[in-house]
Amino acid sequence: MRYLTDRKRATGMGSSKSGTDHHWSMQVSSIALIILVPLFLFTTGWIIGAPYEEVVAYYSRPFPAIVAALTFLVGMMHFKNGAQMAIEDYIHGLAGRLTIIGVTILSYAIAAVAIFSVIRLAL
Amino acid sequence: MADVNRGNRPLSPFMLGQYYKFQLNSVTSILTRITGNAMIVGAFLIAWWLLAAASGEGYFKVVDYVITSWIGDLVMFFSVLGLWFHSLAGLRHLAWDNGYFLDVESSDKLSWGIIGGSVVLTLLTAIIV
Repeated sequence: MRYLTDRKRATGMGSSKSGTDHHWSMQVSSIALIILVPLFLFTTGWIIGAPYEEVVAYYSRPFPAIVAALTFLVGMMHFKNGAQMAIEDYIHGLAGRLTIIGVTILSYAIAAVAIFSVIRLAL
Repeated sequence: MADVNRGNRPLSPFMLGQYYKFQLNSVTSILTRITGNAMIVGAFLIAWWLLAAASGEGYFKVVDYVITSWIGDLVMFFSVLGLWFHSLAGLRHLAWDNGYFLDVESSDKLSWGIIGGSVVLTLLTAIIV
């Protein structure tokens, strides 16, 4: 007699290995971004082009700094997962895997640069 | 083996234009991907600008010059257009995922809504911001 349930034995056996996790993370991040992106446009989008002193003073306020950091965090993870889907459709084999690794590194790097910079400006 | 042509068949994305007709829904779907991926340029520029602002006035002036130049303006304008298009198309995807508006007629209507809406929102953003 097997003590594992059928569902448990099936988990992770599909070609994607991870079930609906990827799709679910895209849905959650997309809804978060629908809220964040307009806020980002009217804070960071608004201050881009301003002189140095104004920019530094602007990000010392909590709201623009938190919105900018959150938008880059959620946005770059959404990009990483979305670009991965596109790569899986068009580029196959080793080249595809290497492209996914490259895009993942790029996503984390851009997120890290932006978030570090915002924190440094804010503090 | 029945399928003698295995591995030598045209795959779906590359059938478009040659074997499949361009349709409103396929074009807006492809544009969703293109805009999503293209926004990496804008994200890179803004992250660079934030890094420069955090580094000091000298470096900030260099990146500020780039991002406010005509080419920087162009990238930012198209990033905003891509952002609104991707956002509206993403909302349609969320509706589709939950089983709404899946028929051709409502999909087509929403396609025009996405195209028109993203242009209007981009112009509004350009005026206000």
